[in-house]
Amino acid sequence: MSASQSALKPRPASALDVARIRADFPILGLKPSGKPLIYLDNAASSQMPQQVIDRLVRYQTTQHANIHRAVHTLSEIATAEYEEARRKITRFINAREEREVIFTSGTTEAINLAMHGYGRRFIGAGDEIVLTTLEHHSNIVPWQMLAEEKGAKIRVVPVNDAGELLIDEYEKLFNARTKLVGVTHVSNALGTVNPVKQMIAFAHARGVPVLVDGAQAVPHLKVDVQDLDCDFYAFSGHKLCGPTGIGILYGKAALLERMQPFKGGGDMILSVTFEKTTYNVIPQKFEAGTPPIAAAIGLGAAIDYLSAVGMDAIAAHELDLLDYATDQLKRIPGVRIIGTARDKAAVLSFALDGVHPHDVGTLLNQDGVAVRTGHHCAQPVMQRFKVPATSRASFAFYNTMAEVDALVAGIRNVQKVFS
Amino acid sequence: MADPKSLYQEVILDHNRKPRNYGALAQASHKAEGHNPLCGDHLSVALNLEGEHIAAIAFQGESCAICKASASMMTANVKGKTRQDAETLIQEFRDMATGQIDIDKQAHHLGRLTVLAGVRDLPTRVKCAILPWHTLHAALHSVADTSTESENDPMHAPLGDA
Repeated sequence: MSASQSALKPRPASALDVARIRADFPILGLKPSGKPLIYLDNAASSQMPQQVIDRLVRYQTTQHANIHRAVHTLSEIATAEYEEARRKITRFINAREEREVIFTSGTTEAINLAMHGYGRRFIGAGDEIVLTTLEHHSNIVPWQMLAEEKGAKIRVVPVNDAGELLIDEYEKLFNARTKLVGVTHVSNALGTVNPVKQMIAFAHARGVPVLVDGAQAVPHLKVDVQDLDCDFYAFSGHKLCGPTGIGILYGKAALLERMQPFKGGGDMILSVTFEKTTYNVIPQKFEAGTPPIAAAIGLGAAIDYLSAVGMDAIAAHELDLLDYATDQLKRIPGVRIIGTARDKAAVLSFALDGVHPHDVGTLLNQDGVAVRTGHHCAQPVMQRFKVPATSRASFAFYNTMAEVDALVAGIRNVQKVFS
Repeated sequence: MADPKSLYQEVILDHNRKPRNYGALAQASHKAEGHNPLCGDHLSVALNLEGEHIAAIAFQGESCAICKASASMMTANVKGKTRQDAETLIQEFRDMATGQIDIDKQAHHLGRLTVLAGVRDLPTRVKCAILPWHTLHAALHSVADTSTESENDPMHAPLGDA
């Protein structure tokens, strides 16, 4: 699997036994469209290995009860497993403490939590929030809602034609009213890996906290929240070979403690009377109601699985796939790759001359190739590159060079149909 | 195409390459804009009613091949027909695309339009095929704007693919 080492970016040859890995993913052996599945829509959601499926079944079969509530043994077991999952996630992203890891329903809820808990308390009229052109709608709309409510202002970092943030412009956006930066670690539409560590350092020098949307980064590269020094980091379980309905908001403990609760209910309180309610400590303060216990434990199992494969090996193999696919697509006349940043994760967005992405997607599906077509919930990116939509192939560590070949053959077939 | 059941049959590709009645209409008595915010398709339909007859009709816009071919075939079909006949076709086309009538067993007036019946097996593409018809319906009722996503859509009904 090391056929296409990039000359520019030396890195160790990918050492994954992809055939063995694929055997762990039952869905990869199916033919949902009648042809063997070639799943290249991993940026939307990844597939789940048998180990995680088995863990969900074991929890549900032998360990399920509500958590943090009863004294009976089953509840203690469920609570211990749920908190063990939090420990695994803490280690995985190298957070300082487990209480800095809050379970949410996904990246979207994590960002909404930060908006309600931090934004509504600390951002006011005339204040400014810096976002980037590359943001997913989930890191735009909550802040727009806040800006509308408070009379705050959104400032946007532009990108160049390669889809890289203009860092000079980013730095010029700061002023005395700048109260928060929201930036995606990896662009879901283009694959650009943003220099978030550098951006965070710049913001911190001006006393501005930074929220990083890590939904597309955590599955593909080793993330260390202490090394980044980000104030918030949000990501989802289902892009990480885990279940849907679970995600994480990491936040620095000092910030989380100053924040107001997002949702009110059980488990997030210490005491309740009709006169006064005392909120629980973090992270429980932000985990009102019965959480998705099984999904949290499943995410823990997914992290075990990915850690065993090795995030460095995953990143190396995915970059091999990206380099090979990029090289192959460049050879096809009439294909335009959108997003050509120097530092990219395994996302390949492209446009075909004279063919609408929805037609590309439908025809590729007839060959078994599953790609995403549309605006990828990133309409500002589409506007910037003057396309209504793109087709997007996004790779995971279980994809193969042969699958890239099938994508390329599929694209050539689309061109033949429309010639 | 190797697969004859494929949606992308030659007649559809031909209408996509050379859309009939494509462009603006000098003087339109009725017109409407349609858009599908999910995929960015948008098109406008303009027509001239003389009495109850559609004397002229044209469309333009930016869309996928399914939407464009559907619009092209639609304009070719309803030109010269009465408003009532057009409304019947709109209803029948919608029923075909959403799988509510069996075109092989039930009576209809769709003729060559049945080439688009394949969208009923592709829930995400049903709206592409129906958008021109929604827009024609809106134009006939002189509704200024229509959308496949809007609750106010005059043709709004569950399509089973939300």
